[in-house]
Amino acid sequence: MANEKRVISVIVMNESSVLARITSMFAARGYNIESLTVAPIPDSDMSHITIATNGSSKVMEQITKQLHKLIPVYKVIEHEEMVEKEMVLAKFPIAENLADISVLASAYNGGVVNVGKEMIIVMAADEPKRVKHFIEAAQRYNPCEIIRGGVVAIER
Amino acid sequence: MQMSGAQMVCEAIIAEGVKTVFGYPGGAIMHVYDEIYKQDGFEHILNRHEQAAVHAADGYARATGEVGVAMVTSGPGFTNAVTGLATAYMDSIPLVVISGQVPLSLIGTDGFQEIDAVGISRPCTKHNFLVRSIEELPRILKEAFYLARTGRPGPVLVDIPKDITVETGEFKYPESVNIPSYKPTYKGNKKQIVKAVEAIKNAKKPLLYIGGGAVLSDAYKLIREMAEKTKIPVVETLMARGVMGHDHPQLLGMLGMHGNYASNMAMSETDLIISLGARFDDRVTGKLSEFAKYADIIHVDIDPANIAKLVDVQYPIVGDVKQVLEEMLPLLEGVDPDRYQAWREILKRYDELHPQSYIDSDEVIKPQWAIERLGELVGEDAIITSDVGQHQMWAAQHYPFDRPRQWINSGGLGTMGFGFPAAIGAKKAHPEKTVINITGDGSILMNMQELVTAAEYDIPVINVILNNHFLGMVRQWQTFFYEKRYSETDLTFQPNWKALAEACGGIGYDVTTKEEFDAALKDAIKQNKVCFMNVSVNRFENVLPMVPAGGALFNMMLPSPELADSALEDKKGTK
Ligand SMILES: Cc1ncc(C[n+]2csc(CCOP(=O)(O)OP(=O)(O)O)c2C)c(N)n1
Repeated sequence: MANEKRVISVIVMNESSVLARITSMFAARGYNIESLTVAPIPDSDMSHITIATNGSSKVMEQITKQLHKLIPVYKVIEHEEMVEKEMVLAKFPIAENLADISVLASAYNGGVVNVGKEMIIVMAADEPKRVKHFIEAAQRYNPCEIIRGGVVAIER
Repeated sequence: MQMSGAQMVCEAIIAEGVKTVFGYPGGAIMHVYDEIYKQDGFEHILNRHEQAAVHAADGYARATGEVGVAMVTSGPGFTNAVTGLATAYMDSIPLVVISGQVPLSLIGTDGFQEIDAVGISRPCTKHNFLVRSIEELPRILKEAFYLARTGRPGPVLVDIPKDITVETGEFKYPESVNIPSYKPTYKGNKKQIVKAVEAIKNAKKPLLYIGGGAVLSDAYKLIREMAEKTKIPVVETLMARGVMGHDHPQLLGMLGMHGNYASNMAMSETDLIISLGARFDDRVTGKLSEFAKYADIIHVDIDPANIAKLVDVQYPIVGDVKQVLEEMLPLLEGVDPDRYQAWREILKRYDELHPQSYIDSDEVIKPQWAIERLGELVGEDAIITSDVGQHQMWAAQHYPFDRPRQWINSGGLGTMGFGFPAAIGAKKAHPEKTVINITGDGSILMNMQELVTAAEYDIPVINVILNNHFLGMVRQWQTFFYEKRYSETDLTFQPNWKALAEACGGIGYDVTTKEEFDAALKDAIKQNKVCFMNVSVNRFENVLPMVPAGGALFNMMLPSPELADSALEDKKGTK
């Protein structure tokens, strides 16, 4: 069975160690977490966790069911038709071609966010695949540091 | 009402109707023990090890279907309890285990006897709680009992920091719980049930495959009714022994690694598995790619995660076995039992070809004989617990169980040391029944300190030790698969069993003949005291049939004189 990349949203009750329950379930059952983001849902006592993972459809089915089985998990959404975004921050030496870097960042839905004496920091926010391209393109300008944020997704 | 956290714990236990609590005190839980001293709503049994306390609560739960309760202190008290939690978790047994924890202010400082109990127990509990304030304690206690017994049951741990047991707060035990994220499904989907019934009507070789879930949901009457109405043959898992009753003509027996020939062949040739509360464990299926190759599957399970986990399922039904059968039975009116006549004939012939059998002896007690004899002498009057190993399999194969909850064993985790404390729990639940732990000379030593518990509290459990001077099941694998290199399985060095039992306030019997066996059992029942019956059995006896691990279910090693007794083979070899 083909391994495919999947994004799952998990809505959980805000209570202590709920994230640990989720990650240790993944670890214990040998499932993969590619990226993970968590944030409280505004005006509620719940949080939204977005997990990018991969596996066969059978594995995905088990992941969904095992997540559901955890008591504080309220809802699991296996995204099919989604808008997916990921943020990335990159730091470059000030000596690099700043105009090129700025254009590159804006081509990926971002821009310059900070300029210091020795460094310039840019951000981009795009689909994970495009974020990958951004990172590849950024290599030309000798980045000192690149930090990816993890995927968030919303059903269309 | 205002009261301390410790009092709240006691009040909750009383409100839940629990009559017996098993446990062991220590620093972090002392305030609760102080309240236990003052109350008279429940009895507390001081087991002599926390593992045994949890197994005893587990045995109590398995014998009654109610939630068992155990109480332990922080640190080593809790870690000793982990095997008990895991054992209950694997078999979906409802438990509430209350553990003390260091005071809130010390959590995270590596305080004396601090250990991350919720972290350690996360993978072996249905759910767990670290109580963070006195305000949430009543709700958490209520939720713990609720979670333990509803849906797919399981153990729940409540870890309570010591300062919270001292603090006072308002106590009102909640009447109901509200957990928006927890809504188990009990009623099966009607459309799926109709489809499943159609499949049964169209099948030629259907097979009822009954698992431990059938016991947990108290569905045995409906299962018998379904079987009788349709005349579909039945196989039981290790956990389901007793559901059909041993003398039911449609029961083929137990299937799996040590299943009988007809059961395993039925599973291999069926065209429709009707799985009721079973989970296709690897000890049942053998090699998955060869498992039930010709079958469609109806899978009824309260836990959706069990469905299609290991095998593809054509008719998934999420729900409680009992409630699903209530819906399904009326729809089965139209099923013609004659339709499966040819199938039943085939299976009957399989059973005649290789019946569950063993070769008895006049010189030495055969372990299978001992179990059959127990069945003849105490039969339905007894509750049977067991440890793990050959004796467990022989008990499952040969004891005439005739109702669910009569057979109590650690199936999923396979915990040696489970049987004796579980028997103590079962006996507390059913003092009127004879409770017998069928055990081995290896397993019994893993919780032998419970002799003292049973003697102190007058809990007359009979331990029948099928003594082969070996870690027999491991020895059997060494015989078959490791060219008889008996690495660390020889138990020739033995305690004086009789003296050991007596030293702890019980009775001991050394049994080497069939006559002594009968006499010892009769005396043990009459004396009504905890005892060890040390029964010397044939040393190299093997459990058969056997499906080698990872092999196809239909490739069984069947009983031949040489396979059944490895000593015979050796004798022949030296001739
Ligand atoms: C706690 C624990 N440790 C180890 C094992 C592995 N094991 C399974 S069966 C067995 C031998 C049991 O020997 P005994 O209790 O004498 O029973 P017999 O097989 O001889 O009937 C062992 C060591 C286990 N199941 N549980």
